[in-house]
Amino acid sequence: MGYQPVKFYQTGSFVVGNRLLEAQDRTVQADMKRTNSLTLGHRACQGCGEALGARYAIDAAMRATDGKVIAANATGCLEVFTTPFPETSWQIPWIHSLFGNVAAVGTGIAAALKVKGRTDVRVVAQAGDGGTVDIGFGVLSGMFERNDDVLFICYDNEAYMNTGVQRSGATPPAAKTSTTEAVGAHPGADFGKGKNLPLIAMAHEIPYVATATVAELHDLEYKVEKAMSFRGARYLHVLVPCPLGWGSAPSDTIRLSRLAKESGLFPVFEAEYGEVTGSSKIRSQVPVEEYLRPQRRYQHLFRPSANTEVIAQLQTIADKNIRRFDLLDTQSQSSSGNSLADQEALQTR
Amino acid sequence: MLQQIEGSLAVAKAAALCRPEVICAYPISPQTHIVENLSVMVKSGELSPCEFVNVESEFAAMSVAIGASAAGARSYTATASQGLLFMIEAVYNAAGLGLPIVMTLANRAIGAPINIWNDHTDSMAVRDSGWIQLYAETNQDAVDLHIQAFRLAEEISLPVMVNMDGFILTHAVERVDIPEQEQVDRFLPHFEPKQILDPNDPVSIGSMVGPEAFSEVRYLAHAKQLLALERIPEIANEFDSIFSRYAGGLVSKYHLDGAETIIVAMGSILGTIKDAVDELRDAGLSIGVLGITTFRPFPLDAVREALSSAERVVVLEKAFSVGLGGILSANITTALGNAPIKRYSVVAGLGGRSILRSSLVDFFKLADADEIADLTFLDLNHAVIDREISRMQTSVLPRPAAERIVHDLGHSAKAN
Repeated sequence: MGYQPVKFYQTGSFVVGNRLLEAQDRTVQADMKRTNSLTLGHRACQGCGEALGARYAIDAAMRATDGKVIAANATGCLEVFTTPFPETSWQIPWIHSLFGNVAAVGTGIAAALKVKGRTDVRVVAQAGDGGTVDIGFGVLSGMFERNDDVLFICYDNEAYMNTGVQRSGATPPAAKTSTTEAVGAHPGADFGKGKNLPLIAMAHEIPYVATATVAELHDLEYKVEKAMSFRGARYLHVLVPCPLGWGSAPSDTIRLSRLAKESGLFPVFEAEYGEVTGSSKIRSQVPVEEYLRPQRRYQHLFRPSANTEVIAQLQTIADKNIRRFDLLDTQSQSSSGNSLADQEALQTR
Repeated sequence: MLQQIEGSLAVAKAAALCRPEVICAYPISPQTHIVENLSVMVKSGELSPCEFVNVESEFAAMSVAIGASAAGARSYTATASQGLLFMIEAVYNAAGLGLPIVMTLANRAIGAPINIWNDHTDSMAVRDSGWIQLYAETNQDAVDLHIQAFRLAEEISLPVMVNMDGFILTHAVERVDIPEQEQVDRFLPHFEPKQILDPNDPVSIGSMVGPEAFSEVRYLAHAKQLLALERIPEIANEFDSIFSRYAGGLVSKYHLDGAETIIVAMGSILGTIKDAVDELRDAGLSIGVLGITTFRPFPLDAVREALSSAERVVVLEKAFSVGLGGILSANITTALGNAPIKRYSVVAGLGGRSILRSSLVDFFKLADADEIADLTFLDLNHAVIDREISRMQTSVLPRPAAERIVHDLGHSAKAN
C-alpha cells in the first residue's frame, strides 16, 4: 500500500505524522481547504472515535469527488449527535431515514443520480456496527449483490452505544456490555459468536472492501480515495473506539485504535473483487493484554486476578488474524522486542 | 385508447405514462403482474429514462423509493399484504419525510392463517401512517387514480397509496381506456421536488425532533392531508377536462337522493352492491350507495352531507379491528356525529370469501327493516364456529384452530 513515502515513526507503528511530511503528502485533515463536512457544534462525547472517523472519511470523500457527495445515515449516535433539530453539523447533503435501511436509501439516491445523468455526484451510506451487521444487514447484502454505486462506511464501536452499550453482532468475545455483563461463569460476550462483515462483504465479490482505524489517518483517507476510484458497491469498515462504551479515557481513543491494530485483534487490510490485495503491517506485535487492560469493558479479565485462560483465547484470535491477513512486517519484528511500550521507550531515547 | 386488458397491465401502463424515474419492487401476489410488466418496459427501453431496481425485500423497496425521491426522482413501487407490513416502518418514514412516492397496493389479507386473496386488512393497517389512500372501484378507476396520484403527491409533497382489490381487479381482464401520453404530459407536470439532496445546496433531511417541536411537525402532516381534501376534487375536475372522464374525487354517489337506507363501501365490491341495490330499488326499496374513493384524508364533510337524509347507514367493509368491529364504520360514525341516523356494520369478503349478490340482497332487505345486529359477519358458518368454541373448553387440542376448522369443513362437505 504505497501511500507513505517517509518512514520515521513516533508511535511504535508505521504511522507517520503530518509535520514530518512535505505539504503535498499530508492528510486531507491537515489541509486548510478541507471541507469540514462534519463541522463543529455537534454533541458527540469527548474522545468519540465515530465523530473522528466520519469527519476523516467524508472529508476525504469530498476531496476525491470535488465536493460532490450525498450521505445517507442510519439511526444511531452519528445521526443523533449531528442533527438535533433545528441544528445540523453536516455541510453536505445528508439524509436520515431509519435504523435498518441506510444501504437501500443509498441505492435509491444512486438510482436517482444515474437516471438524471448526475454520476459525478457520489453516494456514501454510513452506519454504526448495529446498523451494519445486525438490523441493516439484509439491505446491505442486497446493495452489495446488486453492485449499486454506493460506498458503505461502517463506524464500528463494537456495540449499541446510542441505546446504552448493548451487545451487537460486532461485539468481540469477553467484552462486557449491558446485555453481556461481567457476571457468571463466562463474564462478558461469548466466544464463537459475532460476524466479520468485511469478509462477508468480500464474499459478495464487490469491487472494493477495506478496513481502517482512526489511528492511521493517511491509511483511512487513502482507502476512501481508493474506494471512490471504483464504481459499484464498496465497503469500508472503520474501528472507532467509544470511551463511554469501552470504559476508556477519551484521550486514549487514538492509542486504543492503534493497539487494536498492532495487537492483530483488528486486522487492517484491503480487498478487490473478493481477494485480499494488501494489509497494513504491524511494526511490532503487541500482546493483546496491552490493548485490553486500559478498557473497563475488559476489567473482569484482570481483576481481582488475571484470567489468563481468556486472555490467551483472545491472543489466539489475534495470532490467527496475523497469519490470515499476513499482518507482520518480518523485517522490523526481528530487530526489537515485542512490546509497544518498549518501542516507545526506544523512540524517546 | 380502449383495450381489453388485465388490470395489472393497465396499471403498469398508467404508471409508465407518468414517467417514473425509479421503480423498485419485491414480488408478492397479487402485485407481481404490475411490476413484471413495468420491468419489461424499462428493460426494453420503452420506459426511459428509468431505473428498475430488483430489491431484496419490501422494506428495501420503500427505502430505495425514499432515497430516490429525496434525490429528486419520481419514484414508484407496488406491494400487497405481508409486503406492506414488512415495509411498514419505511411507510411511516416516507410520509413523515413528506416524500411524494406513489405506491400501488394490491389489497390482500394478512396472515396467520396465510391467505393470498383479497380483503382490506393490509391497507387498514397503515391508515394512520400519513399516506393518502385512494380506492379503485374498477380497473378504469385504478388507471385514472394512478395518474391523479402522482399529481396530488407531488403538489402537496405526500406519498399516495392507490388501492386496488387483489385478483378481483389486478387479475381481471376488462375494457380499459388507456390514456394517451400527450394527455398525461399535459395533466402531470415535470416533477419539481419540494426538497432535494443536492451538493450545490446542501440540506439535512430527517433530523431528530424532540418534544419542543414534534407536535407542530405532526400537526403540519395533518394540515397537509386537509389540504389534499381540497385538492382531490379539483384535481379530479382537471382530469375530467383533459381526459373527458370523471374519476377520483372524495366519494361516489349512487341513487342517494332521498334514499332511506344507504350502503357505504370501498373498492371493487361497490359494483356488486350497486347490482343488489338496483334489484332492491326495482322491488320498491328506498336504497342507495355511497362509495368512499378517498379514505385518507377522510372526507368527513362530504360523507356527512351525502348521508344526511338517510334513516340508516350500513357500512360494508373487508376488514375489521379485532376486538372492536368495523374500521370504516368507526370513521363513518365520526362523520355522522350525533345525527339521528342508525348505523350498522357488516364485515364481508375476508380473505377472498365471495360476496354474493344474493347474500347482499337478503342482508339489505333485513337492514331496511332494521332486523340486523349492529355488527354482522356476512355468510359466517355458525355451525363451525359453535363447534370450535365448545371444543375450546377442553384443555389440550390436537391441531391448530385453523386446521381443525378446515378439517371440519371437509367432513361436512363429505356428509353433504
